[in-house]
Amino acid sequence: MTVKELANVMALQEFCLPEPGRRVSGGYVGDLLSWVMGRAKAGDAWLTIMSNQNVAAVALMTDAACVVLTEGVVPDEALLRRAQQQGINLLGTKRSSFETAAALRKLLT
Amino acid sequence: MGDLKLTYQVDGGDLLQAGEASSKMKMTLKKLDLPPEVIRKASICMYEGEINMVIHADGGHVEVVVGMDSITIRLVDQGPGIPDVDKAMEEGFTTAGDVARDLGFGAGMGLPNMKRYSDEMEIDTTVGVGTTVTMRINIA
Repeated sequence: MTVKELANVMALQEFCLPEPGRRVSGGYVGDLLSWVMGRAKAGDAWLTIMSNQNVAAVALMTDAACVVLTEGVVPDEALLRRAQQQGINLLGTKRSSFETAAALRKLLT
Repeated sequence: MGDLKLTYQVDGGDLLQAGEASSKMKMTLKKLDLPPEVIRKASICMYEGEINMVIHADGGHVEVVVGMDSITIRLVDQGPGIPDVDKAMEEGFTTAGDVARDLGFGAGMGLPNMKRYSDEMEIDTTVGVGTTVTMRINIA
């Protein structure tokens, strides 16, 4: 499934979608950035409530397919700018991290 | 073909800006057509190191050497040094302050991640003088 398809099926808000064709192969939920870097895999959709610009850097380093800001969190201006600059897919939803992860799991199996 | 040598400055102070050097290195490695997993490992190692330099040492510089068989990343700072390296290597141990924690850092996972994603890591540190962390990531 591509990031664009994921966004459509789950009705995610598209803050920034420079690489809609990236494949989503898994998911990871976490807000501690080093924890995410230690455990997330390349191609994961990363669910988080963190919205500062370091999120874009972590997504870039880990090769995440996309970032999904959950619980209605919106990116701050600096994060949005950095995501655009670095080609990071940045999506959002009002749903909780738990509900989003459960829905993603269903879609990927 | 000779080794490719790259040098990056890391500014201290602003943790929000951290990651610029790592991002630049990642772009360069991508152009060299190295395996994605090697680039990923090197990028995470360098980013964690860069974050540590900003949080603890007010910046420093990074030397990256891309050879035929491996990538070597050397992080050099003139920070406070690490009094107990074994303790610092423990997952969950941190001396980072509230500002770093509020941004999602300071989970005590930086050095353990650098160890996890590198094939070899060496820490040379002297309290009051500075720290040099050298990591090697194998290409093959």
